[in-house]
Order: sequence, then C-alpha cells, then structure tokens
Amino acid sequence: MVSISMGSTLSAKPSPWACRLSVTAVHFFILVLFLQNMNADTWLAILGVIVVHLYSAVALYLWSNLDRTTAGDTVIVAVTLEFILIAVLFWDRFSDWPWSTFFGLFVMQSCAYLGVRFWRGLSKAPPTAWFGLVVILLYVLMAAAAPVIAPFGESEIVGFEYEPWGGEFLLGTDNLGRDMLTRLIYGGRNTIGIAFLTTCLAFFLGSFLGFVAATLGGWTDQGLGRLCDIMMAIPGLIFILMVLSVTGTSIPVLIVVIGVLDSTRVFRLSRAVAMNIVVMDYVEAARLRGESLWWVMWREVLPNSMAPLVAEFGLRFCFVFLTLSALSFLGLGIQPPLADWGSMVRENATLITFGDITPLLPAASIALLTVGVNFVVDWFLHLTSGLRE
Amino acid sequence: MSNVDENGGARGVKGDVLLEMRGLKIEGQADDQWLGIVHGIDVTLRRGEVLGLIGESGAGKSTIGIAAMGFARPGCRITGGTIVFDGIDLMGISEEERRKIRGARIAYVAQSAAAAFNPAHKLIDQCTEMPVQHGIMPLAEAEADAIDIFTRLQLPDPDTIGFRYPHQVSGGQLQRAMTAMAMSCRPDLIIFDEPTTALDVTTQIEVLAAIRRIVKEFNTAAIYITHDLAVVAQMADRIMVLQYGHLVEEGYARDMIANPKEKYTAKLLAVRSFRKEKVIETHHDLPLLKIENVTASYGGEIIVLKNISMEIHHARTVAVVGESGSGKSTLARVITGLLPPSEGHVRYGGEIMSAALANRSRDQLRRMQMIYQMPDTAVNPKHRVREIIGRPLEFYLGLKGADKEARLRELLEMIELDPDEFIDRFPGELSGGQKQRVCIARALAAEPELIICDEVTSALDQLVAEEILKLLQRLQDELQVSYMFITHDLATVRAIADEVVVMLQGEIVEQGPKDEIFTPPHHEYTELLLSSVPEMDTEWLNNLLAKRAAAAG
Repeated sequence: MVSISMGSTLSAKPSPWACRLSVTAVHFFILVLFLQNMNADTWLAILGVIVVHLYSAVALYLWSNLDRTTAGDTVIVAVTLEFILIAVLFWDRFSDWPWSTFFGLFVMQSCAYLGVRFWRGLSKAPPTAWFGLVVILLYVLMAAAAPVIAPFGESEIVGFEYEPWGGEFLLGTDNLGRDMLTRLIYGGRNTIGIAFLTTCLAFFLGSFLGFVAATLGGWTDQGLGRLCDIMMAIPGLIFILMVLSVTGTSIPVLIVVIGVLDSTRVFRLSRAVAMNIVVMDYVEAARLRGESLWWVMWREVLPNSMAPLVAEFGLRFCFVFLTLSALSFLGLGIQPPLADWGSMVRENATLITFGDITPLLPAASIALLTVGVNFVVDWFLHLTSGLRE
Repeated sequence: MSNVDENGGARGVKGDVLLEMRGLKIEGQADDQWLGIVHGIDVTLRRGEVLGLIGESGAGKSTIGIAAMGFARPGCRITGGTIVFDGIDLMGISEEERRKIRGARIAYVAQSAAAAFNPAHKLIDQCTEMPVQHGIMPLAEAEADAIDIFTRLQLPDPDTIGFRYPHQVSGGQLQRAMTAMAMSCRPDLIIFDEPTTALDVTTQIEVLAAIRRIVKEFNTAAIYITHDLAVVAQMADRIMVLQYGHLVEEGYARDMIANPKEKYTAKLLAVRSFRKEKVIETHHDLPLLKIENVTASYGGEIIVLKNISMEIHHARTVAVVGESGSGKSTLARVITGLLPPSEGHVRYGGEIMSAALANRSRDQLRRMQMIYQMPDTAVNPKHRVREIIGRPLEFYLGLKGADKEARLRELLEMIELDPDEFIDRFPGELSGGQKQRVCIARALAAEPELIICDEVTSALDQLVAEEILKLLQRLQDELQVSYMFITHDLATVRAIADEVVVMLQGEIVEQGPKDEIFTPPHHEYTELLLSSVPEMDTEWLNNLLAKRAAAAG
C-alpha cells in the first residue's frame, strides 16, 4: 500500500506518449485484422470493432492511472510490439481464428501491466511464490501463443494411433492419431481460458450480490441469502449434470452454469467480508453524505475487500478447473474435436494398462497449475495478513 | 528467592533495589527494517515504590514496562542493556526460567481488561490459574485468597462475583478483577499498562483508589504507565517522562508537578489550560438546530433517549456531556437521521427535518457534517487525502478540475497540513492527529453550518488533542460554524463550550451556559462528574476520597 503510493511522488511526470502509442498501435492492428478477415460476416466484424474500442479505452484508463516509470513503460510497450511482431511473422497460423490474436494480446498486456504495477511487492516474494508465478506465466504464454508453439493443428490427424514418444511426435499420438504435444498445448488454452472466464463470471455475480446484500441488509439480504442456500443445498456436480442434460453441452452453457453455481460460494465470502466493512465509520460518513448504493459498494467496500477476494479468486479458479476437467472426463465438458485436459485423460486411458504414462500428462498439467496457483495465493494471503499487523 | 511472608506483607526490606535496567535498547520492525524504539533508558525501582512512566503514544513507555519482565512484543527485540530483577539477570537466563518468574513474581495488568480476559472462563478460574500453575497454592486455598483480594479491592459481592463471566461485570469491576489476578501470586512487581484509560472518569476514581490501596497493603512495587500526568501524580512516588524512547525528566512526583525542569514536562502539565475566549452573546432569534421532545429506542424496546429538548445557535458550541451509555452518541444518530426517533422531531433552521436519512435533500445533508471519534476508521484507508476531501467538494458543490484542486489546497492549508506534502498520501501514512485533521477538512469541504463532533479528541494524545481543539476553535472564529460537541471529558468542555448539556441514562439532567454549569450549586450528577476529573495535584485523590467518605459519613 505504502510502496504503491510512493511511486507517484518518485516519478513526477508521467509519459503518456508511451501508452498512447502502444494502445494506438494495437488498436489499428486489430482493426485491420478484423476488417480483413470478417468481411464475410458483417455482424461479427461490427462486434469485433466494438470490442477493440472498448478494450483500448480500458487499457488507456488503466495505464494512465499506473504509477509510471520509464522501465515500466518500456516493458509494456515492448510486450505489445513483441506480440504484434509474432502475429505478423506467423500470420498464417493466427489468421485462422482472429479472436485468438485479440485474446493473446489481452493476456500478454495484462501480465505486463500487473507485473509493472506490483513489481515492488513481487521483488520481495518468497521462492515458492516465484515458482507459482513462473508456472502460471508459462501456462499463460503457452495458451496465448498456442498457434505458434504447437507443431500441428489442433484436431489434425497426423499419424497412426498411439505412436510412441520421440521422433516426429515428441510425446506420441493419441487414440485417433493426433499429436499429443499439440493437443496438450491447445487443451491448456481451452481449459484455462474457459476456467478463467467462468471464475470471472462467478466473481462478478457473487461479489456484486454479496456487496448488495451486506450494504442494503434487511429483506434483500434475507432473500439473496435464502436463494443462495437453496442452490448450495444441491450437490454441485449433480446439479451441473442435471442442467447440462436439459440444455445440452456447449461452451457458453458450461461457463454460465458453473459460473452461477460457483458464485454462491463467492456470495457468501464477499457478504461476510463486506459486513465487516459496512459498519466502519467511513461507510457511515459516505451514507450521511447521501452517496448512492453504487458509490458505497464500488468506492468504499470493494477497495477494502480486495485482498480476501483476490485470494479466493485463485482458489476458486482451481476448483472450477477441477470441475471442468471432471465434467470433461465424464464426457459432458468441452466437446471433441476441441482438445481439453480432462477429456484427454479419458480418451487415452487405455494406455495405462500398457504401463504407458502418456494419459497422465494432462493430469500432471492440471496438478502443476493448481499447485502454482495455490503457492501464489498463499503468498498473497500472507502478505495481506502481514499488512494488517 | 526472597523471604515470602505468609501474611503477604513486606518481603525484603523496603528501599532495596528490586529492578534495575541499564542502557535498555529496544528495536521494532517496520517495513522489513529494524528501527529503534527505546534508546538506552535506565530504570531503577525499589521495593514498595511506585514508578510512573508517562509520555505520548510512541514514547516507548509500554515497551519499557513489558521489558521489565524480560519480554518484547512480537515484532520487537531487546538489543542492548541489562535487566536485573532481584539479583536475577533476566537477559542471561533461559526463556523457561523467565516464564517461572512472570506471573509469580512480576505481574502485568493490561489496558483493556475486556480484551485481556478470556470470555469463556469465569473470573475466579482465571484469577486462581496462576498460583495453581506456579505451584504456590492449591486450588481451594487460591479461591479463598482470590475472594479475600476481591474484598480488599471493594468489588461488590466478593463471595460470588468470581463466579460470573467477564461480560457479566462492568468495565471498572473487570479492571479491578484483573488487578486481583495480578495480585494472586503476591508478586514483587506489578506493571500497570494504562489500566484506567478506557474507563469513564467516575469509574476511573474507584479503580485508582483500589489499585493504590492494595499496592500499599502488600508493599508491592509497581510500574504505572499512562499518558495522563494528572493520574500518575496520584499514583506514583517517582515519575519518568519519556519522549520518542528518550528520557526527558525523572524525579519525585511532588517536585515535578510543582516545578518541572524541562519544557516538555511543562507542556504536559499545562495540557488542560486551553480556554475559549468569552464571546459576546449574539442571540439570533431562530436557533440553527432545535430538538423537540425527542424519544428514541433501538428495536422499539430499549429506550435510549427520553424526551430530549435542546437548541444550538449560530456560531456557538454546545457540549453534550455524559458517561458511556448516557445516550449522547445516540442523540447524534437521531440528528443525522441514522436513527429515526419514535417521538418528537428535529428542526433545522426552522423547518422540520424528515426523520429518515433517505428523505433528506442533498442540501440538508450538506449543512450538517460529522466528525468521528476514531480517525483510523473514519477515513477509507484505500483513498488518498485528495479523494477523501475532494469527494464532498464534487458531490455537494459540483467542483471539478482546477477549481476543485484550488479549494483542496485551501482546505489543507486551513487545517495546517502542507498541500504539496499531504495531498497524495494514504491515511496509513498519516498520524492520528493528522487523520483527524483530514476528517475536519472533509467536514469543512461541504461548507456546513453545523458540525457534530463525536468524541473527536478522546482517541488522541493530550497534546495532539489540544492542538485539534485549538484548530476547531480557530475555524469557528473564521467560518462561524456551530459545533455540537459530544464528549465525556469535562476538560474539553471547559476548553471549548459555550453551552453545556449534561446527560444521564438518556435524559438531560442539566443544561445552560458553561459558566452557570461550572459554578455551584450543581446538580448531584454534574457535581460527581466535575469532581472526578483528575487534577495536577498529588493530593487530589486523597482529598477527594476523604471528602466523599465524610459526605457518606
């Protein structure tokens, strides 16, 4: 807290040209990309243009609030230009799916932004946290740059079934003759991407309603609380299976169902955290001033409940990840031919009987990421509890 | 081991050196750095002597007191000096041996008894734990002894009070029970760490008298830590004045009060001398705020305010005085609209204000601002000073950009904080007094006519509190705002009020101009409150107790 505020006094003049330059570059690059590739579908092109504009606005806003140092600027601009360079060089791979370019850039810039923003705290992190951060960063980079790294196409059949490791196929092939390494890389992208979106949804929904319940109290609190109880009373996996069997399996449905179900846990936590905050004098002062519910929630409660919520975000992400993999293993998750770590275990399960560990690779990938995320969460919790002393 | 007298009487010879700390140095950890808290202090304490440690927060007085047990709080470490207790070098022996001494021979009484007692166990179980654990007495004997000490401390129903839980007795009784716990092993030394700071003035007297009597009875040596020179003057034989971990002055209580050698001590002595200049009576016909027959309750059952009527005039200060539980803060909640009254109403400038906050207009809200008791919780720790003060400017007055910035700087200068230095700070980077100043600026930003001050100085050190009072007074002279000053501290009232309202159990006992309230004849309760304020006189407590005993006679 202290260190962040010091930054503003250290660098007297921010250099807005740097972020303006990189945002403008990104803006035009992606705009051209969309217009070139999506002229077949007008609506999609329009949507793309809207998204690009929104994204530019948010990026500009965040960066203009960033405690700027020349080094921080350089990192962000460098990452941006680097990504554009990669996209230009491997144009043929990216052009299949322009959205992935956008997503990749979003991920890369977010990492750079967060890294610069919290650099002071990061430089004091313990080795376990660094391990976790490096693991997460590697996964994210792998997911973002999947089309570049992967040797083959995602669902391309390139050889015979169950080919051994080595040679052309570094980790062999799967039950249909698709390259295992390629599938692992793309699988990570799908699983992590969907889990991330799901967790975001759960948090937006859960913390928003939790704050509303805590701030308003009374009947609103009772109503939301009982609704939450009802949803929590039904075992999670069974509930998801039931809903999915009604609606059918598709990625948006998956995200919404798991997200809504997980938001009940987030609701409980954010309500409990916010309850302790709304009784503080500064919230009373805001109420006496006549502030709206929205202001109280957004400006008074949210900044003070960030620490536990961010920690919970990490844990929740792992749970969603496991739920998703479990669903895929049961055949109700991400549908073929899209790669996904859960279903990859199931598809290649027969190899286990031959003493081949290939089917365990996706499982190990899940385990490693989960461990990494938990290390980071532990560090974060330690940090925030230490600050409270 | 000294010769323990069976009667718990004098051990050793009175006047022997009991505790000797030489060149004590203690460091504390802040942001991964070790910074000095105590810089080479020498303390000598003789048997049966009471030593007062006095200073503002951050002076290191509690840290030194705890170090007398050979202990440093987590995040602190003793880096230099010797601590010799009754011939034992506390720094030279193992933690195991130190633990044998703590509790049995050196005891500690904490500031907040309510937080220090375990709420899940009865008082007597907690009071007998130490002698039984240290193997000094068997349980039955320890219980009988505890009841004996309860009697000596004049706790009501000493035979049965021990079988209650901590939440079932009052704050003053709890503090005495804690003293009984410390006494249970008949220690040679007791460390009292601000034992009466959290208590009302009337309760404080009982606790002070009880502590003084029992310490004398058992000839126990004591270190009495407080920030209130008037209190320590009643308790201590000798006083050490500390500032930033350095010794300022040391001497016998009587001499020091009579003629302090150092400037800082003189400043502490003069702390309650600030007086508002007498203002010429300028009665506007219409009172700014008029409370008419207000009755209020929580949940419709517990009535906290009964038929309250009072007025606040333009540019005047009305002090509302009473002990905790007298309903004075509830009155503020009624006025601000947080608690709609069940009967009566609040008039502001002649018009009736709607009872509930939600129905009041933005302008009505603007004209009445509030300053809180705890500056730590009254400002959002995640907002910079710029936003804390800037928000009312934007919200009520619609100021933006350069206008807002100019007004912000003006307000910061008004509260005597340098704009360039403070405007972008977070509350965590401000001291308590600075935070309270920011709260004042936030209230002023709305350009109000009335500011409700809810115990604004009670969480601050005395010197800082006085600065705040002076600031409030200057602002009133400049801006002609009215204050409603809620407080339990009569010294504050004496300093700043024009009119006084005395409250007891939700009712107004007495009200009128300050001079009238402070000159006899008083109402009985006002008299009790007035006489309970400690004075800078070592004989004050003796005289008062003698007078009260005579009256009860």
